[in-house]
Amino acid sequence: MIEVEGLTKRYGAKLAVDRLTFRVRPGIVTGFLGPNGAGKSTTMRMMLGLDRPTAGDVRIDGRRYENLQDPLKYIGALLDAKGVHGGRSAFHHLLCLAQSNGIPKSRVHEVLHAVGLTAVARRKAKGFSLGMGQRLGIAGALLGDPRILMFDEPVNGLDPEGIHWIRNLMKSLAAQGRTVFVSSHLMSEMALTADHLVVIGQGRLLADTSMADFIQHNSHSYVRIRTPQPERLLDVLDEAGIKAFRAGGGTLEVDGGKAERIGELAAEHRIVLHELSPQQASLEEAFMRLTAGSVEYHAQGGTPPTGWKKG
Amino acid sequence: MATTQVVRSEWTKIRSVASTVWTLSLAAVVTVALGMLISLLSRNEWDSMSTRDQLFFDPTYTSFAGMSLGQLAMIVFGVLVVSNEYSTGMIRTSLAAVPQRGTFLFGKIAVATGLAFAVGLATSFLAFFVGQTTLGEHSASIGDEGVLRAVIGGGLYMTLIAVFSMAVATMLRGPMLSLGILMPFFFLISGILAAVSATEKIGRFLPDQAGNKIMQVVPPVDDDTPYGPWGGLGIMVLWVVAALLGAYAVIKKRDA
Repeated sequence: MIEVEGLTKRYGAKLAVDRLTFRVRPGIVTGFLGPNGAGKSTTMRMMLGLDRPTAGDVRIDGRRYENLQDPLKYIGALLDAKGVHGGRSAFHHLLCLAQSNGIPKSRVHEVLHAVGLTAVARRKAKGFSLGMGQRLGIAGALLGDPRILMFDEPVNGLDPEGIHWIRNLMKSLAAQGRTVFVSSHLMSEMALTADHLVVIGQGRLLADTSMADFIQHNSHSYVRIRTPQPERLLDVLDEAGIKAFRAGGGTLEVDGGKAERIGELAAEHRIVLHELSPQQASLEEAFMRLTAGSVEYHAQGGTPPTGWKKG
Repeated sequence: MATTQVVRSEWTKIRSVASTVWTLSLAAVVTVALGMLISLLSRNEWDSMSTRDQLFFDPTYTSFAGMSLGQLAMIVFGVLVVSNEYSTGMIRTSLAAVPQRGTFLFGKIAVATGLAFAVGLATSFLAFFVGQTTLGEHSASIGDEGVLRAVIGGGLYMTLIAVFSMAVATMLRGPMLSLGILMPFFFLISGILAAVSATEKIGRFLPDQAGNKIMQVVPPVDDDTPYGPWGGLGIMVLWVVAALLGAYAVIKKRDA
């Protein structure tokens, strides 16, 4: 269990993390979602006692991080794959971590085996591929057999096989009753692994919800229509009390699943339709709408307009 | 026991990177070889030296002449032990494993200091014996008054240089910045201050000049240094302690 209470971090005038309060519970994978620059990594560093909070508090199983005796036995973290001295072998990297927390040497061999690095254990880490580096970082997180695991963007830059491996690993760790906290800026990734979601934007908490609730509330359906007579159709729909609005590329969109009714109305008034298709807004879009007001750097073109649902 | 764990861990760290071996062996080789070269030159030039120079000739100090250059490798060793953590991002992994930052810092420095002392002392003895053998009839004996103190002092001097560098590197983090400040500090400023009579007296209180005194057996001509060999080393220790306190204050508060 991780408890975050009013956590705040200020860098000069910039508020990187703004009064965050949430809990990460055991037995499930909790996704920590937010656009780049939302404050995810800063929050995770504060959870590990690496950065000092300006205000607020983090408790790991009820205790402050710096008061944990042999912290690797409580919480294992993958912060970034670069937290390794490239001139040191994978074995020695893990050995020095193990020794600092009184973990036996045999455990080093176990985790190397678990992540599939036994064959390259004596090789210097700077020769490792991104995927191997990520595996080494995960071996370090697993070293103390901790009840809590934390991964910062673990699938970044990995090949499909590596992504698959990490997803399964996180699910099996949670299934063992451990607390798993994983950050990502990709909703699609979270949808596949997380049971619970904590969403932040510009350092503020935007949502703290179960994945199922999030899907139910945010993944709404709509109907896309293309017609050579959009003005007439708009009038007809308006008369029938159906609200339609123009989307880009000469298409119209109607919220909800009213495709049959629209088709019937069009036939009644002899309006030609080129397309009439029920659509499901993706979670990615729901996430973008949720964080639209808090994205730090917009691409040229600015904020997507409301009702923007291009697939 | 947390401290022993950290010491074991830091020992694994220091022995598993190549920079430890090459900086320390460079320090030893340069100090001994240059000391031998200067000793050889002194012996060959002996007859052309003035009587006064001959009278004040310090064979022990002459065999340590290589330390002015060898100490630079010691500085690099001290800087890399600490700044490697920062330049590779390892510091975050390390501090997540050992959140007690004082224990982490002093465990790391203790291990590196022990190693620097072992190498420094061996280097100092080797430089002395190689130098004296080269000097031949003008040599000093380890049993002469003050000689053993000077030789052990040479090892202490090299160790303190390394510790000072570790502390400065902790405050500055980056290896380039740390070396960029330490190298001129020990190689240039001291010499510049000593060259001008007005600043000469200030220069004497710099860590390297004060610490150097421990290696002298025969005081130079017109020596008016206000401290003796151990007083000089004491001044150097004060510098090192001040730097360590600064390092502790900084690492305690700073975001990793």
